Amino acid sequence: MTAAALVLAASITACGDDSDGGSGGGAKTLTYWASNQGASIDFDKQTLQPELDKFEQQTGIKVNFEVVPWSDLLNRLLAAATSGQGPDVVNIGNTWSASLQATGAFVPFDDATLGAVGGKDRFVPAALAAAGAPGQPPAAVPLYSLAYALYYNKKLFADAGVTAPPTTWEELVTVGKKLTKDGQWGLAVEGANPSENAHHAFAFGQQWGGEWFDASGKPTFDTPQNVAAVKRYIDFMAVDKVVNPSNAEYAQNQSVSDFANGKAAMLLWQAAGNAFKAQGMAADAYGVAPVPFPATAPAGGKKVNSMVAGINIAVFKHTKDKDAALQFVKFMTSDAEQVQLNKTYGSLPSVTTVASDAAFQAEEQKVLASVLATSAAPLPQVAEESKFETLVGTAMKELFADAASGKPVTEQAVKEKLSNAQQQMGS
Amino acid sequence: MVTTTTAPEEARPSAPGKPRRRRPSRLPRSKLPYLLLLPAILLELLVHVIPMVVGVWMSVLELTQFQIRDWSEAPFAGLDNYRATLDVNGPVGRELLHSFWVTVLYTTFSVGLSWLFGLFAGVFLQRPFPGRSLLRTLFLTPYALPVYAAVITWTFIYQRDTGLLNELLTVTGLTDERPFWLIGGNSFWALLVVSVWKSWPFAFLCIMAGLQNVPTEMYEAAAIDGAGFWRRLKDVTLPMLRPVNQVLVLVLFLWTFNDFNTPFVLFGGSAPEQADLISIHIYRSSFITWNFGQGSAMSVALLLFLLLVTAVYLLVTNRRREHA
Repeated sequence: MTAAALVLAASITACGDDSDGGSGGGAKTLTYWASNQGASIDFDKQTLQPELDKFEQQTGIKVNFEVVPWSDLLNRLLAAATSGQGPDVVNIGNTWSASLQATGAFVPFDDATLGAVGGKDRFVPAALAAAGAPGQPPAAVPLYSLAYALYYNKKLFADAGVTAPPTTWEELVTVGKKLTKDGQWGLAVEGANPSENAHHAFAFGQQWGGEWFDASGKPTFDTPQNVAAVKRYIDFMAVDKVVNPSNAEYAQNQSVSDFANGKAAMLLWQAAGNAFKAQGMAADAYGVAPVPFPATAPAGGKKVNSMVAGINIAVFKHTKDKDAALQFVKFMTSDAEQVQLNKTYGSLPSVTTVASDAAFQAEEQKVLASVLATSAAPLPQVAEESKFETLVGTAMKELFADAASGKPVTEQAVKEKLSNAQQQMGS
Repeated sequence: MVTTTTAPEEARPSAPGKPRRRRPSRLPRSKLPYLLLLPAILLELLVHVIPMVVGVWMSVLELTQFQIRDWSEAPFAGLDNYRATLDVNGPVGRELLHSFWVTVLYTTFSVGLSWLFGLFAGVFLQRPFPGRSLLRTLFLTPYALPVYAAVITWTFIYQRDTGLLNELLTVTGLTDERPFWLIGGNSFWALLVVSVWKSWPFAFLCIMAGLQNVPTEMYEAAAIDGAGFWRRLKDVTLPMLRPVNQVLVLVLFLWTFNDFNTPFVLFGGSAPEQADLISIHIYRSSFITWNFGQGSAMSVALLLFLLLVTAVYLLVTNRRREHA
């Protein structure tokens, strides 16, 4: 009942949007939902407005836009897909690409459509691979690119006599133990955030030779490789004790605050520089390194240390002016806008042409770019991806809760949680 | 609710000629009441009945993101969603049953405690004394606060490292270890405290209103007969409050059983398993995992359960009143 009421309510509100979404007789108008990329919604509004004004000057197309918080974006997109009403152009988290593609609500970017926005070769291949299921035309094109990196506090490292960031998990544990003392912890994790947990489950899984879905798209959550991978991540708290047990309840980016305030010496995060700045941490106070690997690769382990993270831009099929919508996508992925917007947000351009721009030569951006180019893989591009994030991420949240309360987290316990998550996929 | 409002009216009319006089004037105007009710009925249809029917329709479809744009393409699933939902040996049914028991326990405690607090606060504030209206206002504050703002404040209070509760516990020396409140076993009790805090003022308000109708002579008579506080509560206050309590407990039960805001704001979309209330569970089953058919089947099952409980409750309480 709740579901039906919500969908209905959403479609009613979406109907209301229609009046400004439709293109009137003279001036063309588009509606755009932007995702929240900066420190606040207001920051994003101030960032995007001048760019959209530029677009209007160039093309005469007015863009009404709204910055939608991440907590609402997926539900709002679903409501728009259900009702066939709503915005023309939207930002989507790239992990949702295949799930949303399955709704059939988005304009597929086949070769002709890609041609209209500058051609397939313009885009960073790894980023474009995370825009839809393999073998189908992408449901979106990449807009901002991100990757995970290991952030470390330079001063805390120096104080503890550590000279270089760890490159293996074994080193990370050794260093972490040195740094865990007097209310300060080696590593911070966002233990109660299912999405963060699932992203790590993916990268660790790759390193341990695991796959979360087999070739036919069936879930394979509880394989020994995945169990070992998840256990490695939970063990930072449960066994190595380099993570503050309190992190088991973190879901509002408290781990970022802990790192920025010197309560934790290391953090695994995507493009965190801007968030640190917003918390008052100077850019020279932290270093950035690629996410570590196991010292000896387990059988079948892959050289992957991040998902291809990022934001894609998509066009709803129900748009009344597809040409104008594609013109807008072309504008947002143009060289000038890619430099301007990615520089502001601390992310990386999704087009190859501006990679060497001076805006992306800082240490953080160089590390992220090299990870994206060499050792990042897209999350499984299957329609059930969002289920995977929720179920596996929640299972890990429960494992962290056990670890925090001192319960031993055995291989058996991890396997049980993952099996349970897998069973719920089947329905 | 209907029974409590109509019963006294039926009992009251004493003028014998009245009903007869009304009858002739009713015929020509017979359509007017329907006309006056029409806007309400239309809105009721739009806001309640149509979404409910749509929900029932969804529950017999295999509706996932593949068909969400065009429901006519969704394969008819018949009772498959219900079978998966209610099969307590299957993974989906097992989780739902767990969530159901958590919710039953939560509702029982929450309604019971809210009612008790409301009753005692109402009784103690029955007689005028200096500061009474101030206390009344203070007690009603949680009910007046916007739910989201209030519950977010509770999440801050419950933080393990920085929360006020653990600060209090450690300063007073009650515990050395800082317990978790938002994850693990304590999360159930944390949720319960917020729920009682949020809903007891409503019980207080209703009982306070009900107590206005208890004639003071009855207390005076009871006092002359030598009845103490408990005796007066048991034999005067509670029987006089019966109609109020009947509705109050039912409303509190329905609100608490369906409560979505409190757990959602406190825990986010994925509640700890010890505090996995059924509303959040259904939300997760339909919106986060995009299985709308199954989520609707769970919702319909929940609706039927609540209807059944409500019907039995009204039947039992009404019968008891007739016997009394």
